[in-house]
Amino acid sequence: MKVDRRNFLKVLSAGAVTAAVPDNVFARAKKDVPPDAVGILYDSTLCIGCKNCEMACQRYNKLTAQPSDSNNRDFDPYTFALNKIQIYRNGDKTDKESENKYNFFKKACMHCVDPNCVSACPASALTKDEESGIVSWNSDACIGCRYCQVACPYSIPKFEYGAAFPEIIKCEMCQHVQVKGKIPGCCDFCPTGASVFGKFSDILQEAKNRLALPEKSNYNYPVGDLIGKRSKNNPVEKYINYVYGEKEGGGTQYLILSAVPFENLGLPKLPDYSNAAKTEGIQHTLYKGMIAPIVLFAGLAFTTYKTAKAEDEKGE
Amino acid sequence: MSELKPVKGKIFTLPFFILLILSVIAIPFIVKRFMYGLGAVSNLSDGYPWGMWIVYDVVTGTAIACGGYAMAILVYIFNKGQYHPLVRSALLASMFGYTLASVSIFFDVGRYWQMYNIFLPWYSNTNSVMFEVAACIATYVLVMWLEFSPAFFEKPGQEKTLKKINSAMFIFIALGVLLPTMHQSSLGSLMIIAGDKLSGLWQTDFLPLLFLISAIMMGFGMVIFESMFSSVHLERPLEKSLLSKLSGVIPKLLIVFLIIRFGDLIFKGKLGLIFSFNFQSLMFVIENLLFIYPLIILSSKEKKDQSKYLFLSAASLVLAGAVYRFDTFLVGFNPGVNFHYFPSFAEIMITVGIISVEIMAYLIFIKTLPVLPDVKHA
Ligand code: SF4
Ligand code: SF4
Repeated sequence: MKVDRRNFLKVLSAGAVTAAVPDNVFARAKKDVPPDAVGILYDSTLCIGCKNCEMACQRYNKLTAQPSDSNNRDFDPYTFALNKIQIYRNGDKTDKESENKYNFFKKACMHCVDPNCVSACPASALTKDEESGIVSWNSDACIGCRYCQVACPYSIPKFEYGAAFPEIIKCEMCQHVQVKGKIPGCCDFCPTGASVFGKFSDILQEAKNRLALPEKSNYNYPVGDLIGKRSKNNPVEKYINYVYGEKEGGGTQYLILSAVPFENLGLPKLPDYSNAAKTEGIQHTLYKGMIAPIVLFAGLAFTTYKTAKAEDEKGE
Repeated sequence: MSELKPVKGKIFTLPFFILLILSVIAIPFIVKRFMYGLGAVSNLSDGYPWGMWIVYDVVTGTAIACGGYAMAILVYIFNKGQYHPLVRSALLASMFGYTLASVSIFFDVGRYWQMYNIFLPWYSNTNSVMFEVAACIATYVLVMWLEFSPAFFEKPGQEKTLKKINSAMFIFIALGVLLPTMHQSSLGSLMIIAGDKLSGLWQTDFLPLLFLISAIMMGFGMVIFESMFSSVHLERPLEKSLLSKLSGVIPKLLIVFLIIRFGDLIFKGKLGLIFSFNFQSLMFVIENLLFIYPLIILSSKEKKDQSKYLFLSAASLVLAGAVYRFDTFLVGFNPGVNFHYFPSFAEIMITVGIISVEIMAYLIFIKTLPVLPDVKHA
């Protein structure tokens, strides 16, 4: 299937519009990106598929390989690491970045601004940090119901189906090293700067700057983080003029740039609001202050009381 | 009102032994599940985290167990001043349906040892639909046992306790209507958050309303079964007035259900998906034919009063609701490339075991407690 960039965007925005009109009437207000939010910018035009990020992830998060855990290793980002380099193949596979050739994509938690998983979790095991915006999992709280897996639009949370005492596994943006002033493993070890870490507002600005660069010009791509200590000069590819994650599902803190259509990378088309906002809107409309249930209960209790009394009198 | 009496007869009959064997078969699988994890017995995966156990035992099983709820709506709300002799047996069936659904959640939930976390105030997430469902179902199970509890005390020497319970009964009955209204609709809301992972043929903001209406219809279907069962096996005359009331209400509910269902699809422009000629569209057609069949039969003047057709309509109605639930949670659910799900033998056997326990418990109760109307009073 040939999808050019304009068509893709048209489809994308048409999807968003038709979804937005009748579909989110109940939705509660959108959420904002936390003030000190951090994020990762993944530029798939720079990715060479070396998988250094996966190895760094294993090391930083002390992961051991559990290949038997998944019945779908191609798709499973967590067989060995919390992120996964996936390959999109098409055509004769000789030429990177052009429409019908091949490309890489690093799949990982998007750290949604208004995460479905957090809304869905009945035990508050998944939480979004109010400052950094990092979405993390608490083993003391989780009951293992796997509703988060159903709810996540990117199918990110993984569950240890092969363990007697299983855990949910997901990327927590290496927050355990961030507190020590270090940056996430995947960004630290990315040799080309395809994954860079930074303040959310900075990576969003960086993404937009890149889209404005003239094709084939040279650009000093920052490596690791945006502070600029490390960088690598590279020619600019023909970007699709769109930052995936700026609006998707209410926004994400993992932003993606690409030269091939985003759907080829396996990224879903999502409306610009989160389904969590919609679900919570519907539930809270129905259960606002528990008024409706209480009124209904009062009515029911009254009716059955009368019925029961009438019956008693008849019986006596 | 006819007396309720324990049904005469031995408990250990041949069907009972078959059920016993079926439930014993499940035990090794359950042991295996707890020793080696969910993957050791099920075909669940990161793409299909919910399978047979959630979709049948909980989502479908509790809807089938809506007979008690449907009966309560009919008898206490619409039929003032007339207790029905089948209220308690319908309640008993529902009570076991729900109780066993709760037990099977325990097998399904991965970190079962801290399941109570849901109800600890500092962990409860009131934004979660799952929380609402869990809290409601747990309370409802309790309420049903309380509602049923007079059966344990209806014997000489216990009059005082009985009177106390009965004076609060109207509260339990009212809760018994309120709680299923809440959680049967929320069972539908569960899937809204899945967004486009659920096919447009099923994904809609009306899921809670559609699930509620279809649960009530399934409950009515079960009431028809139960009343026919009692007329055949207990040699009671067929409950003509009850049945004719039901065959009047069901078509109206069906029309409302189908109008919302198809109106929504047309409005969103998703109706075309029916013609994609894949497994999903096939299941959609089957599901809706099952809904339409009872509508046609029960709208026909001469057919709706014949027991045979009434039975077929009820069967079709219950099956339609079940297929609708399987479609919404499994058939229509597509998490992405390369994931497949079909229940494993062990998953099916555990479910079969649970159903067997349910029926055995029902049989034991009706033979030892005053649940069903006495035969000779018929
Ligand atoms: S990508 Fe999935 S797991 Fe990550 S925050 Fe969003 S909903 Fe949660
Ligand atoms: S599996 Fe754990 S983290 Fe996921 S929704 Fe259930 S309780 Fe929450």
